[in-house]
Amino acid sequence: MNIVVTVKQVPDTWAEKKLDASDRTTDRKSVDNVMNEMDEYGVEEALRIKEAHGGEVTVVTMGPQKAVETIRKALSMGADKAVHLTDDALHGSDALQTSKALAKVIATLSPDLVITATEASDARGGVMGALLAERLGLPQLTLARKVTVDPAAGTVQIERQADNGYALVEASLPAVVGVVEKINEPRYPSFKGIMAAKKKPLTTLGVGEAGLDASEVGLASAGSKVDDAEPRPPRQSGTIVKDEGDGGAKIAEFLATQKLI
Amino acid sequence: MLDSDFVEVVGAVRRFVRDRVVPLENEIEQRDEIPAAIREQAAGMGLFGFAIPEVYGGLGLSMSEEVRLVFELGWTTPSFRSMFGTNNGIAGHVLLEGATDAQKKEYLPRIAAGEWTASFALTEAEAGSDPSGLATTARRDGDGWVIEGSKRYITNAPVADVFMVFARTDPDAPAHKGITAFMVEAGTPGLSVGPRDHKMGQAGAWTADVYLDGVRVPASTLIGGEEGVGRGFATAMRCLAHGRIHIAALCVGMAQRLVEETVNFAAARQQGGHPIGEFQLIQGLIADSATDLYAARALVLDAAARFDDGTDTRVGPSAAKYFASEAVGRVADRAVQVHGGAGYIRGVPVERFYRDARLFRIYEGTSQIQQVIIARQLLREAADRAS
Repeated sequence: MNIVVTVKQVPDTWAEKKLDASDRTTDRKSVDNVMNEMDEYGVEEALRIKEAHGGEVTVVTMGPQKAVETIRKALSMGADKAVHLTDDALHGSDALQTSKALAKVIATLSPDLVITATEASDARGGVMGALLAERLGLPQLTLARKVTVDPAAGTVQIERQADNGYALVEASLPAVVGVVEKINEPRYPSFKGIMAAKKKPLTTLGVGEAGLDASEVGLASAGSKVDDAEPRPPRQSGTIVKDEGDGGAKIAEFLATQKLI
Repeated sequence: MLDSDFVEVVGAVRRFVRDRVVPLENEIEQRDEIPAAIREQAAGMGLFGFAIPEVYGGLGLSMSEEVRLVFELGWTTPSFRSMFGTNNGIAGHVLLEGATDAQKKEYLPRIAAGEWTASFALTEAEAGSDPSGLATTARRDGDGWVIEGSKRYITNAPVADVFMVFARTDPDAPAHKGITAFMVEAGTPGLSVGPRDHKMGQAGAWTADVYLDGVRVPASTLIGGEEGVGRGFATAMRCLAHGRIHIAALCVGMAQRLVEETVNFAAARQQGGHPIGEFQLIQGLIADSATDLYAARALVLDAAARFDDGTDTRVGPSAAKYFASEAVGRVADRAVQVHGGAGYIRGVPVERFYRDARLFRIYEGTSQIQQVIIARQLLREAADRAS
């Protein structure tokens, strides 16, 4: 199995997320950056499939130079090699442009399986898997809580998470599979893995080397634009309702004023 | 090890400790057991062999690196560290310091991988911090040895796969000489382990008596081969020096956690409409604990650096262990004090740490033994200079 797993470096999940004042892109300088937590499940699943069926796991990311830290984390968990698409021209790319760029790189790797997370914790668009599948011309299975690959039959079957159970969904390989957090428990990098990570092959590509034109990517030609942003208002103190026999009614009243019921 | 690699190793351990182990602290306390999954994950990461050289499958951390890693381990229940501490520490080091190359090659990889849990069986009813009064004996029998005696408070004994047993092989030699170390596998006829001790704290770390009734072992189990006869005491002393800095670092880690628990509680707990941290007498307790922590951390880092470059392998380890264990005792006491009534209630972390911390002033050489080691060494050096 030739497995590609996409990862993204994002501002630390618990950090206050901000936009850069100059161009309203994600501010990565004022916060710690980490691997998108949900991508860890994708990497873990890719490694488990490789351990069961053999093959190779390639990590693909697009991001600034610093994103190499996230690549190294995936390599220290056990991935075999990585491709890092990085170029100043990519700065400010939106989801459409990012998917175009990533698809270009992934296509050259001829994967049997592409694994993505359901979303990244920074923008939380949750569209990259679908965009990649479309651009690569592959079937996509989403919200997988269990993945079973049958390389001989050339199929992948998943349990697709639903509100009250799951649906069994199958696709022919190659395919794109998006996984949910329930699927596994990501491993911690072993000390040996950490030391081995730096020796694993890492290909760094600029826009031109990836076969892209700088005019297709980046803030200037992005399809979506951030006009303005306001910080989230501080949390209001809650309302305490004293139950004098009418607590239920008061709660219902409150929920109605908030348009929740 | 490359410093950038080491920073990542410490980061991985920090995350594992805080994300996986800390949430299980109450469960470990109540069940007196580390969950099997935690043991497996710790072994998978490589925690059983961080102080064992790479050539034997470990990570080969220097003392200066090891203490920085142990600061992280000290953040949670000390029984977590205890699970693999003996493999890296006193038991693994018996082999590193005293074994033949063949013994190292055969046994260290199993210890480093966590395939084996090792136990250090030195202490006896009447021989503790000073092993010179050791009563367990080993006598030659054909081409092997027969060991007789019993050991007390042996960490990991109920789960150990192998015991590093210290026994007197020459009854006529002076007290410190004539001691030899053997590597005895669990299940060897005549070796039995008593019931688990009921300890004040450190639930999840098991200790027990070990009985050696006519345990017959082949000569190949003699650590260091024939040349190792009578060298057990020197080996034990070298292992203990390393272990003392390790324990000192563990105390620093626990003190870090206790200071954080104390500050967080003082900032949140209200009395008379104010957080108690606004009261100056509470601030005094916090400042004293933070200062103890700074001093202990700086001392441990310095002692580790001097241990690595060989300039001080005796006084520094004892001074670090003495000060850091006493300091964490004071920090734990203040943590309970700042918590007030809550600090006396089961289930509150500082109550548990208060009991856990008490052991640090006792095991791997009591505070009083460290005082003696420090003073005697300095006096000996002065005498050498005078002569």
